[in-house]
Amino acid sequence: MDIHEYQAKEILAKFGVTVPQGGLAYSPEQAAYRARELGGDRWIVKAQVHAGGRGKAGGVKLCNSEHEIQDATNEMFGQKLVTHQTGPEGKGIYRVYVEAAVEFDREIYLGFVLDRQSQRVMIVASSEGGMEIEEISAQRPDSIVRSTVEPAVGLQEFQAREISFALGIPSSLTQQMVRTLQGCYRAFRELDATMVEINPLVVTSDSRILALDAKMAFDGNALFRHPHVAELRDKSQEDPREARAADRGLAYIGLTGNIGCIVNGAGLAMATMDTIKLAGGEPANFLDIGGGATPERVAKAFRLVMSDENVQAILVNIFAGINRCDWVAEGVVQALKANPVDVPVIVRLAGTNVEEGQKILAKSGLPIIRANSLMEAAERAVTAWQNDRKQNTKMRAV
Amino acid sequence: MSILLDRESRVIVQGITGRMAQFHTKEMLDYGTNVVAGVVPGKGGEKVFGVPVFDTVKQAVEATGADASLVFVPPPFAADSIMEAADGGIRYCVCITDGIPAQDMIRVKRYMMRYPRERRMVLTGPNCAGTISPGKALLGIMPGHIYLPGHVGIVGRSGTLGYEAAQQLKDLGIGVSTSVGIGGDPINGSSFRDILERFEQDPDTHVVCMIGEIGGPQEAEAAAFIQEHMQKPVIAYIAGLTAPKGRTMGHAGAIISAFGESASEKVEILSAAGVTVAENPSVIGETVARVLTRKAA
Repeated sequence: MDIHEYQAKEILAKFGVTVPQGGLAYSPEQAAYRARELGGDRWIVKAQVHAGGRGKAGGVKLCNSEHEIQDATNEMFGQKLVTHQTGPEGKGIYRVYVEAAVEFDREIYLGFVLDRQSQRVMIVASSEGGMEIEEISAQRPDSIVRSTVEPAVGLQEFQAREISFALGIPSSLTQQMVRTLQGCYRAFRELDATMVEINPLVVTSDSRILALDAKMAFDGNALFRHPHVAELRDKSQEDPREARAADRGLAYIGLTGNIGCIVNGAGLAMATMDTIKLAGGEPANFLDIGGGATPERVAKAFRLVMSDENVQAILVNIFAGINRCDWVAEGVVQALKANPVDVPVIVRLAGTNVEEGQKILAKSGLPIIRANSLMEAAERAVTAWQNDRKQNTKMRAV
Repeated sequence: MSILLDRESRVIVQGITGRMAQFHTKEMLDYGTNVVAGVVPGKGGEKVFGVPVFDTVKQAVEATGADASLVFVPPPFAADSIMEAADGGIRYCVCITDGIPAQDMIRVKRYMMRYPRERRMVLTGPNCAGTISPGKALLGIMPGHIYLPGHVGIVGRSGTLGYEAAQQLKDLGIGVSTSVGIGGDPINGSSFRDILERFEQDPDTHVVCMIGEIGGPQEAEAAAFIQEHMQKPVIAYIAGLTAPKGRTMGHAGAIISAFGESASEKVEILSAAGVTVAENPSVIGETVARVLTRKAA
C-alpha cells in the first residue's frame, strides 16, 4: 500500500528523521494560508499523488509569493498528473503540500528495500541524489553503497557510519546521518514497510541533514497489525475497478486489450494472458478468482470483467482439482443465466470430471464456446472477438 | 525414491481443527499419507478423523515421532507456527498459508539459521499448494489423482499452473517422482535452486520440470546452478510474458521490479543455461515428453 509524501514525512519525523516544515492544503486558498503560517518568502508547492517523477511532470512548483501559490495550485487541483510512473491515465491531484524552500549543498539518494536475494532489508544509498535510482544504476553505478541488515539485531551504528563515510558526508554530520538511517530502519521494521525512499536527502547550507522528499510503501499483508497505517489508504489514487475487486477479495489488474480473463490461480492467470497474446489477441485484464472457483466468485468475476467497456470477449479458464469440473460448470452456467453478457464467452475446463463439465455447458442452451486446451481456448477467443468486431462494424455500416 | 516426502514420513497438521485444514487432512489420509497428529494450542486431547490433537509441536513429536508438518494456520500466526515446528524437531515443513507479512518470513528464515545444518528444518512455501510424491504421500492441498507415479520432478511457484502441467503429463502417461510447490511469496523457505539440487541427487528423478514466473532472482539463480551442476535435463515454463512492470500479479512475489525479473529475460537466461523452455503453457507436457524421448535415444 502506498501513502503520500506528507504522510511519509510525518511518520519518519516521529522516528527521528528531520524533515522541512510544511502544511497540507485541499484548496488554493488554504495553500496560500499555509505559506503565510510557515513564513519566509519562497515556498515549494508539491502535488500529492502516489507516483514518482512529479517534478518533471509539473507537479512541483517553486513560488515566490502567495499570489504565485494561488496560481500554481489553481492549475493543479482536480487535474490528472501524468508522470512516467502513473501510466497515460495519470493520477488525480486532490491535495497539495506546501513547504518552505530550503537552500542545500548536496543531494543524496537513500532507499530501504526488501532484498529478495539476501532475504533481508537492504539499504541502497548514493552520493548522486536527485536522479532516480534506475538512472543512477545506469550512469553512476560506482556511486551506489549497499548494506544489508541482520534481522535479529537491526541496523548497527557502525553500519550507518560506514554508509555516511562512503557517501562523503562531513564528519561533523555523521551523528545526524546515523540518526536518520536508524530512524528510517526502525520505521521500516516497526510498521512493516516494504519500501522507504528519501530522494533527495540533502545537506543544507546551514549544515543539517534533511529529507526533502519521502516515499513509503507498506506490506498489505501486515496492515492487520497497523490500523493507523491502514487508515492512510487513499482510494482516489487507485484504479477504481482494481479497488472494487480488492474489496471483494479478487486480485484484478486492468490492462488495455479486449479479451477479458477469468482464471483460478495467479500463475495460471498469467499463463492464460500470455497464451491470448501468443494467439494474436491482447488480454483486457489479469484476474485471479482464487483456487476454489466457487459459483459466487465466478458470478462476481463476470460482473467485474464486464464493467470494462473495452471487453469484447471473455475467456474463462478453470482448473478444477478438488472442486470438480461439473460443479464449476454449473457455477458458470448459473452466473451467465443471472448476468447475461453480450460478448462471446469461451470456457475451458480442465481437471476432475472434465467430461461431465463439458456436458453441462453443452446442455445449458447458452452460446458458450468450449475448448479443450488453453491454446485452443485462446485461439477461439481471438477468433470470436475478431468475428464479433466485424459483425458490429457491418451493423454500424448498415 | 522421491525427495522430501515418502510413505514413511510421519506428518502433523498445525491448525488441524480449522474447516479447510480438516477437509485437506481427510484428503491426505485418503491418499495414504501417514498423518499421525494435529497441533492446535488449547485443543490438546481432541481428535480429528481419529487423529489425536496436541497443544504443542513438541508434545506431538514426542508422542508420535512425527518428522513432517503441514502449516494451515491463519497469516497473523503462521510465522510463529513455522518456528515452533523448527524448534520442535520437525525435519520438513510445508506452509500453505497465503498472506504472511514479508518481515515475518525474514524473521522465520533468520530463526531457522539458529540450528546446525544437520538439525535444520527444510521449509517449502509459504503460499504454495504443497508437495506430493505420487503413490506415496501427499503433504498439501493438491488433487492427488492428477499425478501418476514416475520419474519427472516438478518444482513451481503456482498451484493451479502446476496442476495444469501434472495433468498434461498424466494425459501423456508420464509420471512424477515428486512435485514441490515453493510458493508465490517474495521471501520463501526453499528456492528453485534448493529443490533442483535435491532432484539432481535423487536417482528416481530423470528429468525436472520447473515452472517459474515474473519477479525475483530465483529463476536466474537456478539457471546458474543448472549450467554448472546439473546433469539431468531441465524443462521450464515462465508465466507472465504480458505482465506489466511494477504491478503485483496476484502472488505477492510476482512483480517485476528489477532487471532480469521479467518473463522474457528469465526465458533468455534459462535458455542460455541449456534449459528447454516450453513457449506456451499448453505444451509443457509434450515438451517434457520430447526431452524424455531424446534422453532415451
